[in-house]
Amino acid sequence: MRRRMRGVAVAAIALTSVMSMAACAKDNGGNSAGSGSTGTEGGCKLSEKPPAAAAANTTSSAAGQKVDGSSLKVGLAYDIGGRGDASFNDSAAAGLDKAKAELGIKPENIRELTAAPNEAEDAKLTRLRQLASEGFSPIITVGFAYAESLKTVAPEFPNVKFAIVDGTVEGATNVTPLVFAEEQGSFLAGVIAAYQSKNCHIGFVGGVETPLIGKFEAGYEQGAKAAAPDIKIEEKYLTPAGDFSGFQDPTKGQVAAQGQIESGADVLYHAAGASGKGVFSAAKAANAKAIGVDSDQYNQATVAESKDVIVSSMLKRVDVAVYDYVEAVAKNDLSSLPKVFDLKVDGVGYATSGGKIDEELKAVLEGYKAQIIEGKITVSDKPSS
Amino acid sequence: MGILRGKLLPPALAILFSALLCGIALVVSGANPARAFGAMVSQVGQGTTLVDIINSTGTYYIAALAVAIGFQMNLFNIGVEGQYRVAAVVAAVFGGSVVLPPGLHALAIIVVAALVGAAWAAIPAILKVTRGVNEVISTIMMNGLALGLAAYLIGDDVFGELRGNNIRTPEIAESGWVPGISLGSSGTIFGLVFLAALLGIGYWVMMNRTRFGFELRASGESATAAAAGGVNAKKMVLIAMLLSGAIAGLVSMPEILGRDHTYNLNFPAGIGFSGIAIALLGRNHPGGIAFGALLWAFLDKSGLALDNVGVPREIVTIMQGSIVLSVVVAYEVVRRVELTAQQRRVGRELEAAS
Repeated sequence: MRRRMRGVAVAAIALTSVMSMAACAKDNGGNSAGSGSTGTEGGCKLSEKPPAAAAANTTSSAAGQKVDGSSLKVGLAYDIGGRGDASFNDSAAAGLDKAKAELGIKPENIRELTAAPNEAEDAKLTRLRQLASEGFSPIITVGFAYAESLKTVAPEFPNVKFAIVDGTVEGATNVTPLVFAEEQGSFLAGVIAAYQSKNCHIGFVGGVETPLIGKFEAGYEQGAKAAAPDIKIEEKYLTPAGDFSGFQDPTKGQVAAQGQIESGADVLYHAAGASGKGVFSAAKAANAKAIGVDSDQYNQATVAESKDVIVSSMLKRVDVAVYDYVEAVAKNDLSSLPKVFDLKVDGVGYATSGGKIDEELKAVLEGYKAQIIEGKITVSDKPSS
Repeated sequence: MGILRGKLLPPALAILFSALLCGIALVVSGANPARAFGAMVSQVGQGTTLVDIINSTGTYYIAALAVAIGFQMNLFNIGVEGQYRVAAVVAAVFGGSVVLPPGLHALAIIVVAALVGAAWAAIPAILKVTRGVNEVISTIMMNGLALGLAAYLIGDDVFGELRGNNIRTPEIAESGWVPGISLGSSGTIFGLVFLAALLGIGYWVMMNRTRFGFELRASGESATAAAAGGVNAKKMVLIAMLLSGAIAGLVSMPEILGRDHTYNLNFPAGIGFSGIAIALLGRNHPGGIAFGALLWAFLDKSGLALDNVGVPREIVTIMQGSIVLSVVVAYEVVRRVELTAQQRRVGRELEAAS
């Protein structure tokens, strides 16, 4: 019996270590030679182009008066991944860095904490209470996962200002929601994919099947179909709701992307956080194209090896929202913040770095953008299927 | 004295060794180990950390008991992870959609959770007794299925409802909540932590004072001997697995009935795997498991302080891993040392006698 028990013990250890190794799986590069399915025919039959946009209606907030934030103590609670995730945590960090530089926030008055994967709710509560009781205000929480804990913590510290990216907290007056119209930005990503595809066949890789990622998929599909009604769209989520490893697993992203490429898709859009690295490597290996998400991924150091396949990125300007929020707190005027960071306020958008978006496509995109802003096109935030 | 040494020395050695290992890892990564460990210890007195440790000890304890019941008869139930997840979803949906008198409501939810956990464990159990399918494989596969099933059940067109970007099951009415012990600003101890303690006592009594417990352990020690003694091995596998699943189903009850009142996307994962490590650490003994659960909870919750002093929190994961590894090694070393000591003693006595 001893021996069997020992066998079980060894198996248990092996398993535990496999589990923890899986948690920190690294992208192992995309050197598998994919069977590039690059058809040379002309691409999609495109629908009529939208009327050109009237004028460049970029409502960039005029940086007029100098705002002084030197008295602020800013706390930031990141979601899983934290600074360096090449995705929306990094974008929040960029906003914080900008606030630090431009508003004169002292480095010792900034505290950044990060969530662990699969942590229990009380870990989030402790993190927020730590920040609040040490006098940090504003405290910015990144990710909807903080909504439940804010509901508890915010009323305990009525004088502390909280903000939550991607979430809303009902009934708490000291919590500012910073939410985005991801479906609008993704609509434009869908248009880009339809114009760039040679096979008239594109793909979407979502990290985790949550309502939030559903908004990306919904907008992408609608945009692609608006530009090319006959287009074929592959869609794949890496993990079901509740298993957040899908945002951190480049290997899974690579496999899913390879599958879509093999079935004919040649432009892939991902909304999969750090798993997106794998999507890019698969696209590079198979000579396909990819569209990044959240940040301007063409310029991102972590995916630099496959930057030439990145034709554009759907920008979700968490950095703008974080910076605007900190500035609004410094000015003591939260009413200037938009209710939703959408196309109109450049809260979402598309990146042109890399030069793959020519003037003609840009005009088309601006046309669609104007129609969305004017309300002629309403983008759904729920996938059709 | 020798027995006590044999039982307590290995875990003590293991913890010391893994602390040393982590200290080295900290020095290599350029941090001060004394400062890191100091921050972890002083974190216990801050805010709600102590209460969080107690609450999460309860959760880990239940998970580890579920694993330990399987271990007692050489069944490796890796499926605790999936069993508690499915049980949590179904129990939360059930609790949110019925209204019963206070007390009865909570009790009904707990019973549902246990039944669902048992039912989820019944699949690998039946596969094992009828087709001989190894439970290690089948329970791991059931974990994957559990994730998918849970995600389906909370879909907003099934049982879930959308809250901002989160999805959750309908909130359980107040009659189904289990009140805790409020310590003011230090937090609230979940009422169901005491359920964990009761389960521990029940486990000890069952193992040591009942015929079923004896048969369970006998089947674990030697299935053939037990069969010769009239124990139906298949029945034992089935019962042990169902029991293990039922207890696993209770894992998330303290949190759901004591704080969250709903199952949502933030549901914690990985408790079942921690339970395996804790059951190993505690050698399947209810007291040992309690100690292991406490240690695990302490490392988890006080590890949150590490970010504040600029030390990577992952050091806690290294520590947990090295504790499990070194505990197993330490038991083996101590066992061999004692075996040789015993052999020598017997040899001397025989010499003296001749």
